Amino acid sequence: MAFFISLILVLTLCAASYYGAEAGMQWLFGMTIPYLAIAGFVCGFAYKIYSWAKSPVPFRIPTTGGQQYSHEWIKNDPLDNPHTVSWTVGRMLLEILTFRSLFRNTEVVIHRTEDGPRVAYNSARWLWLFALIFHYCFLVIFLRHFRFFMDPVPFFVRGLEFMDGIFQIGAPRLYQTDVLILAAVGFLLLRRVFDQKVRYISLISDYFPLLLIGGICLSGIYMRYLSKTDINAVKTYVMGLFTLSPVSAEGIAPIFFMHLFLVCALLLYFPWSKLMHLGGVFLSPTRNLPNDSRMRLHVNPWKPPKKYHTYEAYEDDFREFMVEAGLPVDKPLDKADA
Amino acid sequence: MAKFNMTPDELLNFQFGAPNVGWMEHKPVFKEGNFAYPAKPDVIRDLGFPNPREWSPLDEDWKLPENWMEIVREGMKDRLERYRSFKIFMDICVRCGACADKCHFYIGGGDPKNMPVLRAELLRSIYRGEFTAAGKILGKWAGGRPLTMDVVKEWFFYFYQCTECRRCSLFCPYGIDTAEVTMIARELLQLLGVNINWMMEPVRNCNRMGNHLGIQPHAFKDIVEFLCDDIETITGIRIKPPMNEKGHEVLFITPSGDVFADPGIYTFMGYLMLFHEIGLDYTLSTYASEGGNFGLFTSHEMMKKLNAKMYAEAERLGSKWILGGECGHMWRVINQYMSTHNGPCPPKMETPVNPITGTVFRNATETKMVHIAEFTADLIRHNKIKLDKRRNAHLNVTFHDSCNPARGMGMFEEPREVIKACCDNFFEMPAQTIREQTFCCAGGSGLNTEEIMEIRMRGGLPRGNALRHVQQKHNVNTMACVCAIDRATLIPLADYWAPGVGICGVHELVGNALIMKGEQERTMDLRQNDLPYLDESAEEDA
Ligand code: HEM
Ligand code: SF4
Ligand code: SF4
Repeated sequence: MAFFISLILVLTLCAASYYGAEAGMQWLFGMTIPYLAIAGFVCGFAYKIYSWAKSPVPFRIPTTGGQQYSHEWIKNDPLDNPHTVSWTVGRMLLEILTFRSLFRNTEVVIHRTEDGPRVAYNSARWLWLFALIFHYCFLVIFLRHFRFFMDPVPFFVRGLEFMDGIFQIGAPRLYQTDVLILAAVGFLLLRRVFDQKVRYISLISDYFPLLLIGGICLSGIYMRYLSKTDINAVKTYVMGLFTLSPVSAEGIAPIFFMHLFLVCALLLYFPWSKLMHLGGVFLSPTRNLPNDSRMRLHVNPWKPPKKYHTYEAYEDDFREFMVEAGLPVDKPLDKADA
Repeated sequence: MAKFNMTPDELLNFQFGAPNVGWMEHKPVFKEGNFAYPAKPDVIRDLGFPNPREWSPLDEDWKLPENWMEIVREGMKDRLERYRSFKIFMDICVRCGACADKCHFYIGGGDPKNMPVLRAELLRSIYRGEFTAAGKILGKWAGGRPLTMDVVKEWFFYFYQCTECRRCSLFCPYGIDTAEVTMIARELLQLLGVNINWMMEPVRNCNRMGNHLGIQPHAFKDIVEFLCDDIETITGIRIKPPMNEKGHEVLFITPSGDVFADPGIYTFMGYLMLFHEIGLDYTLSTYASEGGNFGLFTSHEMMKKLNAKMYAEAERLGSKWILGGECGHMWRVINQYMSTHNGPCPPKMETPVNPITGTVFRNATETKMVHIAEFTADLIRHNKIKLDKRRNAHLNVTFHDSCNPARGMGMFEEPREVIKACCDNFFEMPAQTIREQTFCCAGGSGLNTEEIMEIRMRGGLPRGNALRHVQQKHNVNTMACVCAIDRATLIPLADYWAPGVGICGVHELVGNALIMKGEQERTMDLRQNDLPYLDESAEEDA
């Protein structure tokens, strides 16, 4: 259900932009909306980060995933249980660059045998693998796009293009990332639809971005390999947008405006959605803090007042019993009465 | 109270799957046995918490304050502003499902709302519905839903089926910690007076009487003396532990379960014997006679309040540092919250140094608090105590990592070092069930109460099954642990899932193996059972 709603939403976006551009509204889909989308993305993103940063981190609550730093003769595991800032940076880098926590993934199976149940934890790294492929392809494709925005094309973009097409298949040359990202999006989608657990937890806001990204990829791939869109015209047009002196969109096929519009939709949607995990992962207090509260004092900015049942009050409650039992007291019985 | 009498087969008669109705429409049905009893009005009144009253989850009307919606909204807003963790965890979950089958309650019960992700969504959906523009306008389309009475009931149902074990957090690509969400959710429920007695009564007792069980000072002293009688029977040595005495170097604080409950008492005897043997200059305290801190499960403020006594007492008694006993959640509090809550420590306290070995506890320079396993491991490393492993030779031991020392501290090797020094036969459970991946006893965070035995046994499946595995493979007959709650909860768990395995604290093994100066020949272990190795060596002699 949520899947179909999302699909209809994405198709509607596609149709609106395609036919809109065909009907001569290139200025809207090709200029107004992109400007708005970029502005919306930047402001939304900044606002969201600000709103997170505004809430303090009162306690150090890292999830410790390895041996703590203790005696010299016990080897600690600083990447999973960092006790210094630099090790914490290391932990974060591994999280962000290799999705380390996801790498731990297992899948539980209960075998019901003659001899009673057997609970097994099978390794389940598919999600990790495809998530990693998806993100790296996304990154590479994003960076490759800089050849449209920059003149001359920066060397790293050329390098990426070269590496990405290293197998030299077809003309225009096939980029591996194009194939891989489709496979990865496909996997993530199919998993959502066919894995019962995941389907049960999925919302529209889970299918929608995946389908949207799928749409962006497909329209891009269509332009590159099938309709062979006039790249020079597109580059001239995009450079015009970036230098704030838009040129006419004459001669660019509507499919390009659809592609662009879907990207804009993604940009606008991004800050208000779960896609903000991009920013959030850096701020997650169970990962980005060292496990060092026994070694260093950390102050809670909204520290509540220290109120507790004092020893004096306790002794007042039990003094007689304590004296009788021979426990030392601060105020002897006779003095306390007075 | 309905007696729990399902067989394991009956209990596991479910398949992982999803109901036909969406989770927002699916409501829990309360029935005897699937909820813990609400807190008694006088307990709530004593604590000054809101809305004391008689009520039952079975009632239609939970007698909430009239403006309960406003209270929840305000409470959420306040906490979103005070906890970045909460805010971020509300925003960034991608519902990838990596955490889904990591929770012991889900594994043993199959209820989809026990998947950590859905547990958190119960709150997240309200966050989206009440606090985000998209959720307010688009409602369900944006994953939001309105705050209703049914939502509160659902919260009570599921946030008291989370033991705050943090296993889910380990596997989440963003470290989303459902335990943290549960802590906040419980705070919100507290504002309405929706809580459970098993949690609140210990809090009340600890606050006034110094410990969860409400043992008064003179009774505390009697019990300790009683245990010293037992030590004398076993070893021939009379120990007189100082109590509430000023001017000792170390203040020793352990969970009160060790003083009161079988088999914790044997662990306690182990501590006392060890301290006596090495001549530690220490005192116990009846005022701070509780290491555990059910405030952790109640609210951050209550955690602070109960924890404050430790430093207050160290200051009053003039102790230089504090040694802490075997307790799970106590150590999460000490390791991650204590200095922030109640530090800096009293000015006269000093960085802990082991007086016997000279080791500086470099990881405790701020809190000045050392875990007994760290302490004893250091003694053993420096050969400062003599241990006779033969006395534990009849035990095939495995070790249960308690959730909090595992994922809120990372203490894995120290207790293992101690165990291995005390017995020859040590076997690990499977890798996915120990260390950082350890499974909860399913009775943590205030859920170790009898009336929810079914829930506990379901949640106990992963641990119980791993235990059964080593029982069959290696003849394991003893599971050691460093947690007082475990020492209570693992007994029914083992009886149910791996009958025949006994539970002990690590320092019970130490007490058994410890060769004390001037002791009589030991014929009994701390439980006063005959030591089997003596018979065997007698037979060999014959
Ligand atoms: C750095 C740590 C990051 C981790 C661990 C991470 C992890 C994930 C995971 C597990 C998914 C869910 C796949 C699914 O089941 O649907 C996902 C989705 C996604 N992520 Fe990331 N991500 C990270 C950073 C980023 C960054 C930097 C971007 C920048 C664009 C990004 C954009 C996306 C998008 C667009 C999706 C797909 C849509 C979706 O599945 O909802 N992520 N990410
Ligand atoms: S693992 Fe983390 S991101 Fe994935 S569903 Fe669970 S809480 Fe959400
Ligand atoms: S903290 Fe533990 S009990 Fe709670 S949801 Fe996570 S895995 Fe389950």
